[in-house]
Amino acid sequence: MKISTIRELLDAQVICCEDGLARHVYSACGSDMMSDVLAYVKDQAVLLTGLVNSQVIRTAEMMDMNCIVFVRSKMPTPEMTELAKESGIVLLATKKRMYEACGILYSNGLVGNRVKNG
Amino acid sequence: MAEALNFHFIVDGEDFTSAGQASVQVKKNLRQLGLPSEIIRRVSIAMYEGEINMVIHAGGGTADVNVTEDYVEILLKDNGPGIKDVEQAMQEGFSTATDSIRSLGFGAGMGLPNMKRYTDFMKIDSVLGKGTDITMRVNIE
Ligand SMILES: Nc1ncnc2c1ncn2[C@@H]1O[C@H](COP(=O)(O)OP(=O)(O)OP(=O)(O)O)[C@@H](O)[C@H]1O
Ligand SMILES: [Mg+2]
Repeated sequence: MKISTIRELLDAQVICCEDGLARHVYSACGSDMMSDVLAYVKDQAVLLTGLVNSQVIRTAEMMDMNCIVFVRSKMPTPEMTELAKESGIVLLATKKRMYEACGILYSNGLVGNRVKNG
Repeated sequence: MAEALNFHFIVDGEDFTSAGQASVQVKKNLRQLGLPSEIIRRVSIAMYEGEINMVIHAGGGTADVNVTEDYVEILLKDNGPGIKDVEQAMQEGFSTATDSIRSLGFGAGMGLPNMKRYTDFMKIDSVLGKGTDITMRVNIE
């Protein structure tokens, strides 16, 4: 799924790295606990979270994730946005809550921790 | 690569916001060395979990990374409280983290299991009241 499609489906605001919107993600992970996210390996995944601190960006960076969606109207700090820009991670913010945001992406074909066609 | 390469870091235990910077730097260094991205990811995740643990549980410490022809080795040392029961600490979901740590997004009890999962070798030497030394290795190939 294209990151621009995620933006549309979640009616999200783009906070940084707009030029990454054309990139694709193939899976998603929703959590406020960073070690739960780190337990899950997938290339090109999107992270949905309600947690706001710089470790969210570092976690995504360690996992080679290229997009983070902040749910329930949470906004990253300027320091977080700077860190995301350094790594080219697209930051999106949506008013939707975690459950709804994950459900919308899932029902539109973005799977969780599962290999497609296998 | 004829000689081993070493990187040394001091992990500041007072500053949660900057925790993880050493791992970010190691990731950059390993990319410059041209290691496969899967190896780099495993090293960075394991080191990041260890680095965060040193900050939230042990008041900081040091991290050393050695890159040899055969493996990447991560050595973490702290002078924190030590781990009472290592076997228990290795269980998924076991955590002594407080609510304030949980509100920062840590304390799921997944860090040590993740370190084990992503590395080929892991050894914990911990002495109560003295500190904890962790050695991890990720084989190249
Ligand atoms: N360096 C350390 N010094 C002292 N105690 C530690 C250290 N690392 C881990 N521990 C202890 O082992 C427990 C389990 O560690 P682990 O990393 O698996 O989980 P956590 O840090 O509590 O949560 P998470 O890693 O999921 O955020 C910790 O709660 C803590 O009690
Ligand atoms: Mg931990």
